[in-house]
Amino acid sequence: MTHVLVDDLTKRYPGSEQPALDAFTLDIPSGSLTAFLGPSGCGKTTTLKMIAGLLRPTAGSILFDGRDVVSTPAEKRGAVMVFQNYLLFPYMSIGDNVGFGLKMRGVPRQTIRRRVEEMLELVQLPGVADRRPTQLSGGQQQRIALARALITEPNVLLLDEPLSNLDAHLRDEMRDLIVRIQRDLAVTTIFVTHDQGEAVVLADKIALIFDGVLTQYAEPSEFYLRPVSGRAAQFFGGTNFFPAVRRGSVVETPIGSFAFDAPYAERAPAGESVLTIRPEQLHVRGANGDPNTVTGTVRSRIYVGTYTRYIVRVGEHDVEVIRSADTPGQINEGDDVHVHFPSDRLWLVPKA
Amino acid sequence: MASSRSAGAGRQEPEGRGTVSGGLASGVHYGALVVLLLFLIAPLIAFLFNAFAFRWFYPQFIPNEISFRAWATVADPNSKVLEAFVTSVGIALGVTLASIAIGLPAARALGLYAFRGKRVIEFLLLAPTIVPGVAIALGLNINFLRWGLAGEPFGVGLVHLVPVMPYVVLVLSGVFANYDTNFEDQARSLGARPLAIFWYVTLPAIIPGVMVAGLFAFLISWSQYILTFLIGSGRVVTLPILLFSTAAGGNAALTAAMSLVFIGPAILVLILISRYLSGESGAVGGFGKI
Ligand SMILES: Nc1ncnc2c1ncn2[C@@H]1O[C@H](COP(=O)(O)OP(=O)(O)OP(=O)(O)O)[C@@H](O)[C@H]1O
Ligand SMILES: [Mg+2]
Repeated sequence: MTHVLVDDLTKRYPGSEQPALDAFTLDIPSGSLTAFLGPSGCGKTTTLKMIAGLLRPTAGSILFDGRDVVSTPAEKRGAVMVFQNYLLFPYMSIGDNVGFGLKMRGVPRQTIRRRVEEMLELVQLPGVADRRPTQLSGGQQQRIALARALITEPNVLLLDEPLSNLDAHLRDEMRDLIVRIQRDLAVTTIFVTHDQGEAVVLADKIALIFDGVLTQYAEPSEFYLRPVSGRAAQFFGGTNFFPAVRRGSVVETPIGSFAFDAPYAERAPAGESVLTIRPEQLHVRGANGDPNTVTGTVRSRIYVGTYTRYIVRVGEHDVEVIRSADTPGQINEGDDVHVHFPSDRLWLVPKA
Repeated sequence: MASSRSAGAGRQEPEGRGTVSGGLASGVHYGALVVLLLFLIAPLIAFLFNAFAFRWFYPQFIPNEISFRAWATVADPNSKVLEAFVTSVGIALGVTLASIAIGLPAARALGLYAFRGKRVIEFLLLAPTIVPGVAIALGLNINFLRWGLAGEPFGVGLVHLVPVMPYVVLVLSGVFANYDTNFEDQARSLGARPLAIFWYVTLPAIIPGVMVAGLFAFLISWSQYILTFLIGSGRVVTLPILLFSTAAGGNAALTAAMSLVFIGPAILVLILISRYLSGESGAVGGFGKI
């Protein structure tokens, strides 16, 4: 249970102009599960390594429970990192791998053996202590890597893409295991992913990083309802973006004018911006004349199983609408439809 | 012994070529191996015969009488053979340890990191393999005399490092070329201190390369004559030095016996290291870079 505060953290690799991480500030509550989310090369691993103490920051500080740990060497920091490709020591048995951290701390051999068995139980792989790393599957190796980190009872657990090397059903299994263990042990955990779905399902809070800059740090639902930028919205599957000008609580766009709900209106950028709304928040209506409704023609209809995706042509623009499978009323390609934009779901982001 | 010798190259080669399973290509390989083996073993057999022979003259094919006189001389402290043996072992072991200690960090830098001037350093490292040792020894001799290193085993060991280091660094940098430093980071993150990381993580990964590099270092130092001669100023008597003067003396049996004393440890070291020389250990990767 350790509170982690990352303050103004910057990393500039020698020989590169652009910092890999730029003035990154983040407050991670004790015992929480936080996701570092972002596209490849945005600086997730770099940040994780700096928190682990494996990489020296160019500037900034990292505080564990208020104590600056930047000058504390990794082996004394108590922040244990699990690498993306497991990195089980190939010359050791599974038992020696799991027990490694305790051995380094001079724990008696009997105790280590007992704790190793406990940890193997915890990750649901009892009885593999005498095997070699190569005798385990990728998913099993990943769980051993997790056990090897947990046995040291870390202050902070750092997982670099713990699921990305696993195939689909193993991924779900591992994900559930991580959540269960994290809740049981209440260890402050940060995990890295480039998959927004994974972040949403797992994390208490998500730190969205683009190009070494923290774009948004919030609970998962915020990224759907209130993304801070068009890019953030897009990363979470947003597809509807229209150039917009807000005047008071009315937004004018090339496809029409929409009334904007009061609570959001004050916070939205005035003047030129971009209107965005998630495809599942749009409604297809029969009757015209409603406020906040535009008329268009269905250009394509894609059946995805649990839902159907429609592309509706409105003037010069495409509007994407998603309807769940059991919504009544058949809509076909070529139909003229009315698309309703709920006033409390409209969201404005700054112009890129 | 006699039979293996009479089955010389002339008879063995066509036999190998005719092997049913392998066809012509593997037959040629087989024949080449036999020739190579004969090249390696024949002198040893000759030494063996010589070392134990007593009044062995042409046209006798093998000696008629066996004698241990040469070996008695070898064992006699007055012959200084054992003393030279100890000196040789001491210098070779010292050179081996020193070359690994210096070579490891150097090879790590060369194998893992890209930096300015890397190619120049790589070239300079190979230079001693091209420049004759005599030139280096003559150049160093004056300085070594001035520094009081000439005529000392330490100075001789130091100058042995010149031909040894290129091989050691070459082999070791090949090992580091395929080395993943993330394992070290992982160990550190789990609480391992630098020495423990080296012992539990780095060393097991590179030990085959270290062994092979050490083998080269030992053998190169072990067989140095000219550098030892020039820097040792006649006061550091290693086995090769003693061997040369004995050979010049014309006692064939003693020369052969000393040669065996000289070759023995080299073969022993080779056998001890041989399991690391197998292809799968990857230790010989360094040669890919030449
Ligand atoms: N050792 C290094 N030297 C120089 N640049 C580096 C180094 N490591 C990473 N970078 C650069 O820093 C940036 C961030 O890298 P980082 O590995 O943190 O990204 P990431 O978000 O973890 O990406 P991925 O999802 O692909 O793992 C990248 O542009 C990368 O090229
Ligand atoms: Mg990464």
